[in-house]
Amino acid sequence: MLKRHIGWWLALPATLLVVLFLVLPVAGTIGSTFGESAGPFAPYLSFFSSGFRRRVLWRTLEISLATTAISLLLGFLTAYVVSRAPRNLKSILIIAAVFPLLTGVVVRSFAWLIILGKNGILNNLLVALGIASEPFAMLYTQGSVIVAMVYLFTPLMILTLVGVLENIPDDLIQASASLGASAGATFRQVVFPLAVPGLIVGAVLVFTGSFTSYATPQLLGGEKQMVMGTLMYQQAMVNFDWISASTIATIMVVITIAIVLLMTRVAKRLNPMAT
Amino acid sequence: MATRIPLPLILLTIAVYIFLVGPLIIILGAAVSDTTYLTFPPQGFTLHWFQRIFEIGAFRRTIVTSLELACLATALALVIGIPAAYALNRYRIQLPTWLSTVFVLPILVPEIVLGFSLLKSVAVGAALPIFPTLLIGHTLLVLPYAVRVISASLASFDFSIEEAAISLGSPPAKTFFTIVLPNVRSGVIAAFILAFITSINDVSTSLFLTGPGVSTLPIQILAHVEQFFDPVIASVSVLLMLLTVAVMAIVERTLGLTFLTK
Repeated sequence: MLKRHIGWWLALPATLLVVLFLVLPVAGTIGSTFGESAGPFAPYLSFFSSGFRRRVLWRTLEISLATTAISLLLGFLTAYVVSRAPRNLKSILIIAAVFPLLTGVVVRSFAWLIILGKNGILNNLLVALGIASEPFAMLYTQGSVIVAMVYLFTPLMILTLVGVLENIPDDLIQASASLGASAGATFRQVVFPLAVPGLIVGAVLVFTGSFTSYATPQLLGGEKQMVMGTLMYQQAMVNFDWISASTIATIMVVITIAIVLLMTRVAKRLNPMAT
Repeated sequence: MATRIPLPLILLTIAVYIFLVGPLIIILGAAVSDTTYLTFPPQGFTLHWFQRIFEIGAFRRTIVTSLELACLATALALVIGIPAAYALNRYRIQLPTWLSTVFVLPILVPEIVLGFSLLKSVAVGAALPIFPTLLIGHTLLVLPYAVRVISASLASFDFSIEEAAISLGSPPAKTFFTIVLPNVRSGVIAAFILAFITSINDVSTSLFLTGPGVSTLPIQILAHVEQFFDPVIASVSVLLMLLTVAVMAIVERTLGLTFLTK
């Protein structure tokens, strides 16, 4: 009996942990938003009827999309160079991307406080160079949050894409060149289509990561640039409105899962290697 | 090497790397500045701010909590994650396909939602103290690393070696520890490191699970930044960066760094 089910027994502790402490609590959070006496969708109606909250959701989407687009572009071009670099240089470039990635979110966001602050490095530099007559407020703007988020996610994008781009055989690129394609044409018509599945994986990681982030928007955006994560924290821990916080949590879960499912579909369809 | 890379692309790559490494150098400079405010380039040189970290009780306590939490959560995730990964590979036919999906859930559910849900149903609902709740949260957070990374190693392991050992009379449990585990050593090390680093740097899950007296280092840093803007934060950040360097040295020694792009 034990022998026939040994696979189950071995997987049981980990499965139980996930079911008891992740699936059930999260289901509880989602469920709590539908049990209101005011009607099943009352918390959502109240969320979307508030102009402020709609603005927060919209801002979060804007920031996440901008972060994804910029880090996708920077990450892809950089990863292409890294993947074609000579061996020794390549390992140095990989270390230089891994190091920031392993450094915590708080530390990396904090660095941008020193750079973008009113008496920060950038303002001092601009004043010293005579570009600006006096320091101006760069912190607590949508731009400051996006810059820090791009900083946060570009290494992840580079590392995701280096692996993908390395797998594109040099022969293919040489074949394209020997058939008369320019470097640009080869890049657009050979490298890019083969990298699309990797680009999608990277984009999903960055979008979902920035959409649900807390520390970076909190440090660099503050109350002026409230996003879903910081709004949820405020509702739960400052206003003690758990239904409202649960509603925000549910919206985050739904959007995250929708994006992941949609993009895996798209990735499968676009994969030129698939038959 | 055979492909020529256009100059603008090389310049862009250099710019991206300056963008990636620059801010970390700025933190390093700000941490040794002999001023009471954060500044770069540093004015003077002092290690006073490193000493100051340990004079602040909240930092001393949260450093200990964070290290305990990272060690325990990683160990726990490996202890339950390795058998799960083994079962998913060795007994694939016995187990339903949805079971491997279960271990993707902690990645799919936003961390901040996990933290809030644990607060609601475990810390408040089941009245569990803060530290055990944090431990549960962190174990869940790092479990996917244990299961998926080790699964990937086991996928290329030839289970007929294990069967050979068993048919030659080696007991199954002993076979697992002497034959299977050493063969997936690199996966276990990678899982350990990724899990440890993830736990020690976590903000979103811990955010809701800190209470009076119990907090983690990243949460304490966040709280400190909002009140004081002094070089202590930079020096704590440098400490965390040193930890990263140590971890990368271990990876380099045992696996080689190219491992991280896979």
